[in-house]
Amino acid sequence: MSDIHALSGAYAVDALDDIERARFERHLAECATCRGEVDSLRDAAGLLAETTAITPSPGLRDRVLADIAHVRPLPPVVGREEPRRRRRVVALLTAVAAVIVIGVGGVVWQQGRDERSPDQFSQIAAADDAQSFTVPVGDGGSATVVVSQHENKAYIETKGMPAAPSGHQYVLWLQHDDVMVPAGVMPAGADNKVLLSGDAASANGAGVTVETAGEEPTKPSDDVVALFSFDT
Amino acid sequence: MDPIRPAADGAPFSEGASAAPDLAELLKASGRGDRAAFARLYDATASRVVGLAVRVVRDPAQAEEVAQEAFLEIWRTSGRFDPAKGSPLGWLLTIVHRKAVDRVRSAEASTRRDTTYHSQNQPVDHDSTAEAAQASLEARRVRQALSGLTPVQREALELAYFGGYTHTEVATMLELPVGTAKTRIRDGLIRLRDTMGVGA
Repeated sequence: MSDIHALSGAYAVDALDDIERARFERHLAECATCRGEVDSLRDAAGLLAETTAITPSPGLRDRVLADIAHVRPLPPVVGREEPRRRRRVVALLTAVAAVIVIGVGGVVWQQGRDERSPDQFSQIAAADDAQSFTVPVGDGGSATVVVSQHENKAYIETKGMPAAPSGHQYVLWLQHDDVMVPAGVMPAGADNKVLLSGDAASANGAGVTVETAGEEPTKPSDDVVALFSFDT
Repeated sequence: MDPIRPAADGAPFSEGASAAPDLAELLKASGRGDRAAFARLYDATASRVVGLAVRVVRDPAQAEEVAQEAFLEIWRTSGRFDPAKGSPLGWLLTIVHRKAVDRVRSAEASTRRDTTYHSQNQPVDHDSTAEAAQASLEARRVRQALSGLTPVQREALELAYFGGYTHTEVATMLELPVGTAKTRIRDGLIRLRDTMGVGA
Protein backbone atom coordinates (compact mmCIF):
# COMPACT_ATOMS: atom_id res chain seq x y z
CA MET A 1 0.00 0.00 0.00
CA SER A 2 2.95 2.31 0.27
CA ASP A 3 3.12 3.28 -3.39
CA ILE A 4 0.14 5.54 -3.56
CA HIS A 5 0.98 6.64 -7.11
CA ALA A 6 -0.04 3.22 -8.33
CA LEU A 7 -3.66 4.01 -7.41
CA SER A 8 -3.99 6.52 -10.26
CA GLY A 9 -5.57 4.01 -12.64
CA ALA A 10 -8.02 2.66 -10.09
CA TYR A 11 -8.90 6.24 -9.16
CA ALA A 12 -9.50 7.16 -12.80
CA VAL A 13 -12.08 4.39 -13.13
CA ASP A 14 -13.71 4.96 -9.72
CA ALA A 15 -12.34 1.68 -8.39
CA LEU A 16 -11.38 2.99 -4.95
CA ASP A 17 -13.49 2.73 -1.84
CA ASP A 18 -14.35 5.96 -0.03
CA ILE A 19 -11.36 5.85 2.27
CA GLU A 20 -8.83 5.16 -0.42
CA ARG A 21 -10.39 7.85 -2.56
CA ALA A 22 -10.15 10.47 0.18
CA ARG A 23 -6.57 9.48 0.77
CA PHE A 24 -5.64 9.55 -2.88
CA GLU A 25 -7.31 12.93 -3.38
CA ARG A 26 -5.17 14.35 -0.61
CA HIS A 27 -2.19 12.94 -2.42
CA LEU A 28 -3.39 14.38 -5.74
CA ALA A 29 -3.44 17.85 -4.29
CA GLU A 30 0.29 17.51 -3.66
CA CYS A 31 1.40 15.50 -6.69
CA ALA A 32 1.38 17.12 -10.12
CA THR A 33 2.58 13.92 -11.76
CA CYS A 34 -0.43 12.00 -10.52
CA ARG A 35 -2.79 14.80 -11.48
CA GLY A 36 -1.52 14.71 -15.03
CA GLU A 37 -1.68 10.95 -15.13
CA VAL A 38 -5.21 10.81 -13.75
CA ASP A 39 -6.38 13.35 -16.32
CA SER A 40 -4.96 11.33 -19.17
CA LEU A 41 -6.19 7.99 -17.83
CA ARG A 42 -9.70 9.38 -17.44
CA ASP A 43 -9.68 10.30 -21.08
CA ALA A 44 -8.53 6.79 -21.87
CA ALA A 45 -11.24 5.27 -19.68
CA GLY A 46 -13.87 7.36 -21.43
CA LEU A 47 -12.94 5.66 -24.67
CA LEU A 48 -14.40 2.44 -23.31
CA ALA A 49 -17.82 4.07 -23.50
CA GLU A 50 -17.41 4.13 -27.28
CA THR A 51 -17.94 0.41 -27.27
CA THR A 52 -21.22 0.47 -25.38
CA ALA A 53 -23.10 3.29 -27.08
CA ILE A 54 -26.81 2.76 -27.52
CA THR A 55 -29.74 4.77 -28.75
CA PRO A 56 -31.37 6.53 -25.80
CA SER A 57 -35.11 6.45 -25.45
CA PRO A 58 -36.65 9.52 -27.06
CA GLY A 59 -38.21 10.73 -23.81
CA LEU A 60 -34.89 11.21 -22.10
CA ARG A 61 -33.92 14.23 -24.18
CA ASP A 62 -37.13 16.03 -23.21
CA ARG A 63 -36.67 15.22 -19.53
CA VAL A 64 -33.08 16.43 -19.52
CA LEU A 65 -33.94 19.65 -21.29
CA ALA A 66 -36.86 20.21 -18.91
CA ASP A 67 -34.51 19.66 -15.95
CA ILE A 68 -31.96 22.22 -16.99
CA ALA A 69 -34.58 24.88 -17.54
CA HIS A 70 -34.91 25.12 -13.75
CA VAL A 71 -31.26 25.06 -12.78
CA ARG A 72 -28.65 27.75 -13.03
CA PRO A 73 -25.15 26.65 -14.03
CA LEU A 74 -22.59 27.16 -11.30
CA PRO A 75 -20.31 30.13 -11.64
CA PRO A 76 -16.78 29.40 -12.77
CA VAL A 77 -14.09 28.97 -10.15
CA VAL A 78 -12.41 32.34 -9.98
CA GLY A 79 -8.83 32.45 -8.89
CA ARG A 80 -8.24 34.64 -5.92
CA GLU A 81 -7.02 31.81 -3.78
CA GLU A 82 -3.41 30.99 -3.30
CA PRO A 83 -2.17 28.71 -6.07
CA ARG A 84 -1.99 25.45 -4.20
CA ARG A 85 -5.47 25.70 -2.87
CA ARG A 86 -6.75 26.48 -6.30
CA ARG A 87 -5.01 23.53 -7.83
CA ARG A 88 -6.66 21.38 -5.28
CA VAL A 89 -10.05 22.73 -6.24
CA VAL A 90 -9.39 22.12 -9.89
CA ALA A 91 -7.93 18.69 -9.28
CA LEU A 92 -10.95 17.63 -7.34
CA LEU A 93 -13.42 19.22 -9.63
CA THR A 94 -13.85 16.51 -12.16
CA ALA A 95 -13.70 13.80 -9.59
CA VAL A 96 -16.13 15.11 -7.11
CA ALA A 97 -18.15 17.58 -9.06
CA ALA A 98 -21.14 16.08 -7.33
CA VAL A 99 -19.80 17.03 -3.95
CA ILE A 100 -19.16 20.57 -5.04
CA VAL A 101 -22.69 20.71 -6.33
CA ILE A 102 -23.95 19.71 -2.92
CA GLY A 103 -21.82 22.37 -1.31
CA VAL A 104 -23.32 25.06 -3.46
CA GLY A 105 -26.77 23.83 -4.31
CA GLY A 106 -27.48 20.76 -2.30
CA VAL A 107 -30.18 19.46 -4.56
CA VAL A 108 -28.87 17.00 -7.01
CA TRP A 109 -27.26 14.25 -5.10
CA GLN A 110 -27.03 13.80 -1.43
CA GLN A 111 -27.02 10.21 -0.37
CA GLY A 112 -24.33 8.70 1.74
CA ARG A 113 -21.70 11.34 1.25
CA ASP A 114 -21.22 12.32 4.84
CA GLU A 115 -17.70 11.06 5.30
CA ARG A 116 -15.87 13.57 3.23
CA SER A 117 -14.10 15.41 5.98
CA PRO A 118 -11.15 13.69 7.55
CA ASP A 119 -12.28 11.55 10.45
CA GLN A 120 -10.49 9.02 12.56
CA PHE A 121 -10.96 6.36 9.90
CA SER A 122 -9.58 8.34 7.03
CA GLN A 123 -6.78 9.49 9.31
CA ILE A 124 -5.75 5.89 9.79
CA ALA A 125 -6.17 5.09 6.13
CA ALA A 126 -4.16 8.14 5.15
CA ALA A 127 -1.20 7.24 7.36
CA ASP A 128 1.96 6.57 5.40
CA ASP A 129 2.25 3.08 6.79
CA ALA A 130 -1.42 2.19 6.49
CA GLN A 131 -2.10 -1.35 5.35
CA SER A 132 -5.42 -2.71 4.24
CA PHE A 133 -6.54 -6.34 4.28
CA THR A 134 -9.79 -7.58 2.82
CA VAL A 135 -11.41 -10.96 3.14
CA PRO A 136 -14.74 -12.14 1.76
CA VAL A 137 -17.49 -12.84 4.30
CA GLY A 138 -20.85 -14.50 3.85
CA ASP A 139 -22.37 -14.48 0.43
CA GLY A 140 -20.66 -11.71 -1.48
CA GLY A 141 -19.82 -9.52 1.51
CA SER A 142 -16.41 -8.34 2.58
CA ALA A 143 -14.55 -7.25 5.67
CA THR A 144 -11.56 -4.93 5.48
CA VAL A 145 -9.16 -4.13 8.27
CA VAL A 146 -7.04 -1.03 7.89
CA VAL A 147 -4.16 -0.70 10.33
CA SER A 148 -1.50 1.90 10.91
CA GLN A 149 1.28 1.15 13.37
CA HIS A 150 2.27 4.76 13.29
CA GLU A 151 -1.20 5.86 14.42
CA ASN A 152 -1.41 2.81 16.64
CA LYS A 153 -4.94 2.31 15.42
CA ALA A 154 -6.92 -0.08 13.34
CA TYR A 155 -10.46 -0.23 12.15
CA ILE A 156 -12.67 -2.71 10.41
CA GLU A 157 -15.13 -2.00 7.66
CA THR A 158 -17.75 -4.52 6.69
CA LYS A 159 -19.89 -4.58 3.60
CA GLY A 160 -22.76 -6.98 3.16
CA MET A 161 -21.87 -8.87 6.32
CA PRO A 162 -24.54 -11.47 7.17
CA ALA A 163 -26.20 -11.03 10.54
CA ALA A 164 -24.78 -13.05 13.42
CA PRO A 165 -26.90 -16.08 14.32
CA SER A 166 -29.77 -15.40 16.70
CA GLY A 167 -28.53 -14.87 20.27
CA HIS A 168 -25.00 -14.21 19.05
CA GLN A 169 -22.80 -11.28 18.19
CA TYR A 170 -19.58 -10.65 16.35
CA VAL A 171 -16.57 -9.92 18.52
CA LEU A 172 -13.39 -8.30 17.25
CA TRP A 173 -9.89 -9.39 18.20
CA LEU A 174 -6.36 -8.19 17.82
CA GLN A 175 -3.75 -10.87 17.66
CA HIS A 176 -0.46 -10.45 19.51
CA ASP A 177 1.72 -13.36 18.53
CA ASP A 178 -0.37 -16.31 19.64
CA VAL A 179 -2.67 -14.42 21.96
CA MET A 180 -6.00 -13.03 20.83
CA VAL A 181 -7.02 -9.91 22.74
CA PRO A 182 -10.62 -8.70 22.61
CA ALA A 183 -10.92 -5.47 20.62
CA GLY A 184 -14.61 -4.69 20.88
CA VAL A 185 -18.01 -5.82 19.69
CA MET A 186 -19.27 -5.29 16.18
CA PRO A 187 -22.56 -3.38 16.10
CA ALA A 188 -25.47 -5.05 14.34
CA GLY A 189 -25.87 -4.34 10.65
CA ALA A 190 -24.37 -5.47 7.39
CA ASP A 191 -22.30 -2.34 6.76
CA ASN A 192 -20.20 -1.10 9.62
CA LYS A 193 -17.04 0.78 10.28
CA VAL A 194 -15.62 0.56 13.79
CA LEU A 195 -12.32 1.10 15.52
CA LEU A 196 -10.59 -1.86 17.07
CA SER A 197 -9.73 -1.04 20.64
CA GLY A 198 -6.33 -1.98 21.92
CA ASP A 199 -2.73 -1.80 20.88
CA ALA A 200 -2.83 -1.98 17.11
CA ALA A 201 0.82 -1.07 16.65
CA SER A 202 2.11 -4.27 18.17
CA ALA A 203 -0.60 -6.53 16.77
CA ASN A 204 0.25 -8.92 14.00
CA GLY A 205 -3.27 -9.81 13.09
CA ALA A 206 -6.98 -9.32 13.70
CA GLY A 207 -10.04 -11.49 13.65
CA VAL A 208 -13.81 -11.64 13.92
CA THR A 209 -15.59 -14.44 15.74
CA VAL A 210 -19.14 -15.36 16.61
CA GLU A 211 -19.78 -15.22 20.36
CA THR A 212 -22.80 -15.47 22.63
CA ALA A 213 -24.61 -12.14 22.71
CA GLY A 214 -24.03 -9.99 25.76
CA GLU A 215 -20.94 -11.80 26.92
CA GLU A 216 -17.41 -10.46 26.99
CA PRO A 217 -15.25 -13.44 26.18
CA THR A 218 -11.55 -13.39 26.95
CA LYS A 219 -10.81 -16.14 24.47
CA PRO A 220 -12.24 -16.42 20.99
CA SER A 221 -14.62 -19.23 20.09
CA ASP A 222 -13.79 -21.58 17.28
CA ASP A 223 -16.39 -19.92 15.10
CA VAL A 224 -14.03 -17.62 13.20
CA VAL A 225 -15.68 -15.47 10.56
CA ALA A 226 -12.66 -13.56 9.35
CA LEU A 227 -8.92 -13.57 10.00
CA PHE A 228 -6.43 -10.93 8.96
CA SER A 229 -2.69 -11.38 9.08
CA PHE A 230 -0.75 -8.14 9.19
CA ASP A 231 2.47 -9.82 8.13
CA THR A 232 3.25 -8.92 4.57
CA MET B 1 -25.45 18.95 -43.20
CA ASP B 2 -24.94 21.54 -40.57
CA PRO B 3 -22.68 19.76 -38.12
CA ILE B 4 -24.28 21.28 -35.06
CA ARG B 5 -27.90 20.74 -35.94
CA PRO B 6 -29.54 18.41 -33.41
CA ALA B 7 -29.41 14.85 -34.58
CA ALA B 8 -32.61 13.14 -35.52
CA ASP B 9 -33.96 11.77 -32.31
CA GLY B 10 -30.99 10.30 -30.56
CA ALA B 11 -29.39 8.63 -33.54
CA PRO B 12 -26.02 7.48 -32.33
CA PHE B 13 -22.87 8.80 -33.85
CA SER B 14 -24.56 11.03 -36.30
CA GLU B 15 -21.58 13.20 -35.55
CA GLY B 16 -19.00 11.97 -37.98
CA ALA B 17 -15.34 12.37 -37.16
CA SER B 18 -15.02 15.36 -39.42
CA ALA B 19 -18.34 16.98 -38.60
CA ALA B 20 -18.15 16.61 -34.82
CA PRO B 21 -19.42 19.62 -32.92
CA ASP B 22 -16.88 21.30 -30.71
CA LEU B 23 -17.89 19.89 -27.36
CA ALA B 24 -15.64 22.28 -25.45
CA GLU B 25 -17.39 25.24 -27.05
CA LEU B 26 -20.77 23.73 -26.31
CA LEU B 27 -19.79 23.24 -22.67
CA LYS B 28 -18.57 26.80 -22.43
CA ALA B 29 -21.82 28.11 -23.89
CA SER B 30 -23.81 25.86 -21.57
CA GLY B 31 -21.95 27.35 -18.62
CA ARG B 32 -23.35 30.72 -19.68
CA GLY B 33 -26.85 29.26 -19.61
CA ASP B 34 -27.22 28.51 -23.32
CA ARG B 35 -29.79 25.72 -23.37
CA ALA B 36 -29.68 25.29 -27.12
CA ALA B 37 -25.96 24.62 -26.88
CA PHE B 38 -26.64 22.07 -24.18
CA ALA B 39 -29.24 20.38 -26.38
CA ARG B 40 -26.57 20.00 -29.06
CA LEU B 41 -24.19 18.66 -26.45
CA TYR B 42 -26.85 16.16 -25.46
CA ASP B 43 -27.35 15.04 -29.05
CA ALA B 44 -23.64 14.57 -29.54
CA THR B 45 -23.06 12.56 -26.37
CA ALA B 46 -26.32 10.90 -25.24
CA SER B 47 -25.67 7.56 -26.92
CA ARG B 48 -22.40 7.15 -25.07
CA VAL B 49 -23.72 8.54 -21.78
CA VAL B 50 -26.75 6.25 -21.73
CA GLY B 51 -24.78 3.30 -23.07
CA LEU B 52 -22.23 3.61 -20.29
CA ALA B 53 -24.92 3.99 -17.64
CA VAL B 54 -26.74 0.90 -18.91
CA ARG B 55 -23.56 -1.11 -19.01
CA VAL B 56 -22.67 -0.28 -15.42
CA VAL B 57 -26.12 -0.09 -13.81
CA ARG B 58 -27.68 -2.80 -16.03
CA ASP B 59 -31.27 -2.02 -15.22
CA PRO B 60 -32.36 0.19 -18.14
CA ALA B 61 -34.83 2.29 -16.15
CA GLN B 62 -32.32 3.00 -13.41
CA ALA B 63 -29.64 3.66 -15.97
CA GLU B 64 -31.78 6.34 -17.56
CA GLU B 65 -32.26 7.96 -14.17
CA VAL B 66 -28.52 7.97 -13.72
CA ALA B 67 -28.04 9.48 -17.17
CA GLN B 68 -30.62 12.15 -16.45
CA GLU B 69 -28.97 13.08 -13.16
CA ALA B 70 -25.60 13.11 -14.83
CA PHE B 71 -26.76 15.46 -17.57
CA LEU B 72 -28.18 17.82 -14.99
CA GLU B 73 -24.87 17.84 -13.19
CA ILE B 74 -22.98 18.34 -16.42
CA TRP B 75 -25.17 21.35 -17.07
CA ARG B 76 -24.56 22.75 -13.61
CA THR B 77 -20.82 22.32 -13.72
CA SER B 78 -20.31 23.00 -17.43
CA GLY B 79 -18.70 26.36 -16.74
CA ARG B 80 -16.02 24.64 -14.74
CA PHE B 81 -14.78 22.33 -17.44
CA ASP B 82 -11.07 22.99 -17.95
CA PRO B 83 -9.80 21.97 -21.39
CA ALA B 84 -6.25 21.92 -20.04
CA LYS B 85 -7.16 18.87 -18.01
CA GLY B 86 -8.57 16.59 -20.64
CA SER B 87 -11.15 16.13 -23.34
CA PRO B 88 -14.73 17.35 -22.88
CA LEU B 89 -16.07 13.87 -23.55
CA GLY B 90 -13.71 12.35 -21.01
CA TRP B 91 -14.77 14.95 -18.48
CA LEU B 92 -18.47 14.35 -18.85
CA LEU B 93 -18.15 10.59 -18.98
CA THR B 94 -16.23 10.79 -15.70
CA ILE B 95 -19.32 12.37 -14.15
CA VAL B 96 -21.59 9.72 -15.67
CA HIS B 97 -19.36 6.87 -14.58
CA ARG B 98 -19.07 8.10 -11.03
CA LYS B 99 -22.84 8.40 -10.72
CA ALA B 100 -23.39 4.97 -12.21
CA VAL B 101 -20.87 3.40 -9.85
CA ASP B 102 -22.40 5.19 -6.88
CA ARG B 103 -25.77 3.86 -7.92
CA VAL B 104 -24.71 0.23 -8.06
CA ARG B 105 -22.72 0.46 -4.86
CA SER B 106 -25.46 2.13 -2.86
CA ALA B 107 -27.99 -0.33 -4.21
CA GLU B 108 -25.72 -3.09 -3.01
CA ALA B 109 -25.36 -1.75 0.46
CA SER B 110 -28.79 -3.25 1.07
CA THR B 111 -29.04 -6.03 -1.47
CA ARG B 112 -26.21 -7.58 -3.33
CA ARG B 113 -26.34 -7.27 -7.05
CA ASP B 114 -29.35 -9.15 -8.29
CA THR B 115 -30.08 -7.33 -11.46
CA THR B 116 -28.40 -9.67 -13.86
CA TYR B 117 -31.39 -11.90 -14.19
CA HIS B 118 -33.69 -8.92 -14.08
CA SER B 119 -31.95 -6.96 -16.79
CA GLN B 120 -31.38 -9.95 -18.97
CA ASN B 121 -35.05 -10.63 -18.90
CA GLN B 122 -36.25 -7.11 -19.24
CA PRO B 123 -36.85 -5.92 -22.73
CA VAL B 124 -34.72 -2.92 -23.54
CA ASP B 125 -37.29 -0.39 -24.57
CA HIS B 126 -35.23 1.23 -27.25
CA ASP B 127 -33.99 -0.39 -30.39
CA SER B 128 -31.01 -2.33 -29.51
CA THR B 129 -28.02 -1.19 -30.31
CA ALA B 130 -25.04 -3.33 -30.22
CA GLU B 131 -25.15 -2.69 -33.94
CA ALA B 132 -25.01 1.02 -33.40
CA ALA B 133 -21.85 0.71 -31.40
CA GLN B 134 -20.39 -1.79 -33.81
CA ALA B 135 -20.97 0.58 -36.64
CA SER B 136 -19.00 3.36 -35.07
CA LEU B 137 -15.58 3.77 -36.48
CA GLU B 138 -14.29 5.04 -33.17
CA ALA B 139 -15.70 2.00 -31.39
CA ARG B 140 -13.84 -0.22 -33.78
CA ARG B 141 -10.61 1.63 -33.09
CA VAL B 142 -11.13 1.29 -29.35
CA ARG B 143 -11.85 -2.41 -29.67
CA GLN B 144 -8.70 -2.83 -31.65
CA ALA B 145 -6.71 -0.93 -29.04
CA LEU B 146 -8.27 -3.07 -26.32
CA SER B 147 -7.13 -6.18 -28.08
CA GLY B 148 -3.60 -4.88 -27.60
CA LEU B 149 -3.97 -5.19 -23.84
CA THR B 150 -2.99 -8.43 -22.21
CA PRO B 151 -6.07 -10.53 -21.39
CA VAL B 152 -5.46 -10.06 -17.67
CA GLN B 153 -5.21 -6.28 -18.03
CA ARG B 154 -8.43 -6.17 -20.02
CA GLU B 155 -10.23 -8.39 -17.55
CA ALA B 156 -9.25 -6.25 -14.56
CA LEU B 157 -10.01 -3.00 -16.37
CA GLU B 158 -13.43 -4.16 -17.55
CA LEU B 159 -14.43 -5.46 -14.12
CA ALA B 160 -13.48 -2.11 -12.63
CA TYR B 161 -14.90 0.18 -15.30
CA PHE B 162 -17.97 -1.68 -16.48
CA GLY B 163 -18.53 -3.81 -13.39
CA GLY B 164 -18.13 -0.91 -10.99
CA TYR B 165 -16.02 -3.00 -8.63
CA THR B 166 -13.21 -1.61 -6.51
CA HIS B 167 -9.69 -2.79 -7.28
CA THR B 168 -9.75 -4.72 -4.01
CA GLU B 169 -12.91 -6.50 -5.09
CA VAL B 170 -11.43 -7.14 -8.51
CA ALA B 171 -8.38 -8.68 -6.88
CA THR B 172 -10.57 -10.95 -4.80
CA MET B 173 -12.71 -11.94 -7.79
CA LEU B 174 -9.66 -12.80 -9.84
CA GLU B 175 -7.89 -14.38 -6.87
CA LEU B 176 -5.02 -11.94 -7.11
CA PRO B 177 -2.92 -10.39 -4.38
CA VAL B 178 -4.48 -7.03 -3.48
CA GLY B 179 -1.82 -4.88 -5.08
CA THR B 180 -2.05 -6.65 -8.41
CA ALA B 181 -5.44 -5.56 -9.68
CA LYS B 182 -4.72 -1.84 -9.34
CA THR B 183 -1.50 -2.32 -11.28
CA ARG B 184 -3.28 -4.16 -14.07
CA ILE B 185 -5.97 -1.51 -14.25
CA ARG B 186 -3.37 1.22 -14.48
CA ASP B 187 -1.18 -0.61 -16.98
CA GLY B 188 -4.19 -1.39 -19.14
CA LEU B 189 -5.34 2.23 -19.14
CA ILE B 190 -1.86 3.46 -19.97
CA ARG B 191 -1.65 1.10 -22.90
CA LEU B 192 -5.09 2.09 -24.12
CA ARG B 193 -4.19 5.76 -23.76
CA ASP B 194 -0.93 5.39 -25.65
CA THR B 195 -2.44 3.28 -28.40
CA MET B 196 -5.26 5.73 -28.94
CA GLY B 197 -3.08 8.78 -28.48
CA VAL B 198 -5.35 10.54 -26.01
CA GLY B 199 -4.58 12.64 -22.97
CA ALA B 200 -1.29 13.85 -24.35
